[in-house]
Amino acid sequence: MDPIRQRLLKKSRQAKLEKRGRLIGLLCISLIVLVVVAIFYFVASRGLATFYHDKVNLWDFLTKQVWNPGTKDSHGVPAVGALPMIVGSFLVTIFAALVATPFAIGAAIFMTEISPRRGMRILKPVTELLVGIPSVVYGFIGLTVVVPVIRRLFGGTGFGILAGTCVLFVMILPTVTSMSVDALKAVPRYYRDASAALGATRWQTIYKVVLRAAMPGLLTAIVFGMARAFGEALAVQMVIGNAALMPHNLVSPAATLTSVLTLGIGNTIMGSLENNALWSLALILLLMSLVFNLVIRWIGRKGAVKS
Amino acid sequence: MNVKRQDKLATIILYVIAGAIILVLVALLAFILIQGLPHVSWHFLTAPARAFEAGGGIGIQLFNSFYLLVLAMLISVPLSLGAGIYLSEYAKKNWLTGLIRTSIEILSSLPSVVVGLFGFLIFVIQFNFGFSILSGALVLTVFNLPLLTRNVEESLASISHAQREAGLALGLSRWETVLKIIVPEALPGIVTGMILGAGRVFGEAAALIYTAGQSAPALDFTNWNPFYIASPLNPMRPAETLAVHIWKINSEGIMPDAVAVSAGASAVLIVAVLIFNLVARWLGQRLFKKMTSS
Repeated sequence: MDPIRQRLLKKSRQAKLEKRGRLIGLLCISLIVLVVVAIFYFVASRGLATFYHDKVNLWDFLTKQVWNPGTKDSHGVPAVGALPMIVGSFLVTIFAALVATPFAIGAAIFMTEISPRRGMRILKPVTELLVGIPSVVYGFIGLTVVVPVIRRLFGGTGFGILAGTCVLFVMILPTVTSMSVDALKAVPRYYRDASAALGATRWQTIYKVVLRAAMPGLLTAIVFGMARAFGEALAVQMVIGNAALMPHNLVSPAATLTSVLTLGIGNTIMGSLENNALWSLALILLLMSLVFNLVIRWIGRKGAVKS
Repeated sequence: MNVKRQDKLATIILYVIAGAIILVLVALLAFILIQGLPHVSWHFLTAPARAFEAGGGIGIQLFNSFYLLVLAMLISVPLSLGAGIYLSEYAKKNWLTGLIRTSIEILSSLPSVVVGLFGFLIFVIQFNFGFSILSGALVLTVFNLPLLTRNVEESLASISHAQREAGLALGLSRWETVLKIIVPEALPGIVTGMILGAGRVFGEAAALIYTAGQSAPALDFTNWNPFYIASPLNPMRPAETLAVHIWKINSEGIMPDAVAVSAGASAVLIVAVLIFNLVARWLGQRLFKKMTSS
């Protein structure tokens, strides 16, 4: 074979490089996917052991109110009722979202509709800074400021759902705000012009046109904030009081899934029922974050069809 | 009510809300800095912590935080670059890519405590790394990867398509085009995202409690051999970070000056995060100017 033909038929250096580069990228991405699969596999295999290995009834686990995995109740069944923690987690999440939503959307409207210049110059850096504050710092402030204030106002220890809500409210506020700003900014300019041309005031335009057009985006922002609140561990653990009891009021010590997990995992032996029950709580957390993800996707699809 | 009055009222309420948020941040920052900064001294920043008596510092924790951060970024930056390049340049639009994107999205929304527990199960127990810096760095990588990857992908995607065509027209392969033309142009965005990610990692605690551990054994700062057990560089030693330290001394109250120490540590943490933020912005703009000759 003559050398020219040989050179033409051989793979060039570039082609080899291209192949290698593509392979590197593919390896990186497969590693990430592998990690996700591994997380689900390992947490699920541990979390399901409570039901398969220790024969705890799933329904009992979700609805019984006594959480004391070391002991057995009168029927000889381990006392693993996760309801107090599930209720605790949902309560702080929902309350935090309820309080944060008006503030976040109000701030977002301010930044996009009322005073964009000041909004961008002052409010945007403010929310960016708030995002950056580590969660333990929020927990520390909750412990030294919020809890004593609640103690003085309502009596009791000050620890509980209310303190958790206060801390989570500040934590999710910046996330919800910045996502709401994006949602409001995505509303086309001519919607506002059309509304103004019809003689609507600024507030009427905001309330009847802009907010409604941005609704899917705003809902996504709120659900996103709720997902964050639901999964937040340390800040909540520091102020919630850590008593795995059904919360009777907002200022009695309670517990969330995350708080029980952070405290418990280190004090139990791998493979024991106490440990497996905790992994089941982790599995619930994992599944809830999946649910939040699905809700966000569902909202996105619904919103996309409408506009 | 009159529509105009309504409009005025709504505007006032919105101003109040915006003001309230600014007030919250100012109060937060002022509280932390006023409470914490008086405790921050050279002694506080360098002395080891004391568990049972007052007057301890945060020296080892501070060092651990930075060391862990460096290790985590060393692992996660190349991985996220590769993954981001693949997603933005090579991935075809099909169900597989959709699946990959979904899994990255899921990974980024997982609660950090779940990621930490996974790390505990895999790195600490399965791989037998024990409570160590290595386990911590790997967990932080898992925690940080999805966000960095998305950041890289978005930065690359914002580069105009003409640049890619120019590279290909010069006879470069796609890989060379990406490495030599697209990545440099996207660098400001990538660097900003990486530094912000570093700030997030620096303050993370929930994922580290059961991976990097909650104890900070004494270090011998004269011996930098990574295989020596008390060496600062030994990746197999347990390492409590600053954020974990704040959590630990607040939830297990045996330290007499826990409030003072955690206030000081919080102040240091906040200042560090502020610096990360400012550096990210400054470096991003600087690089943008340099790279784009604008």
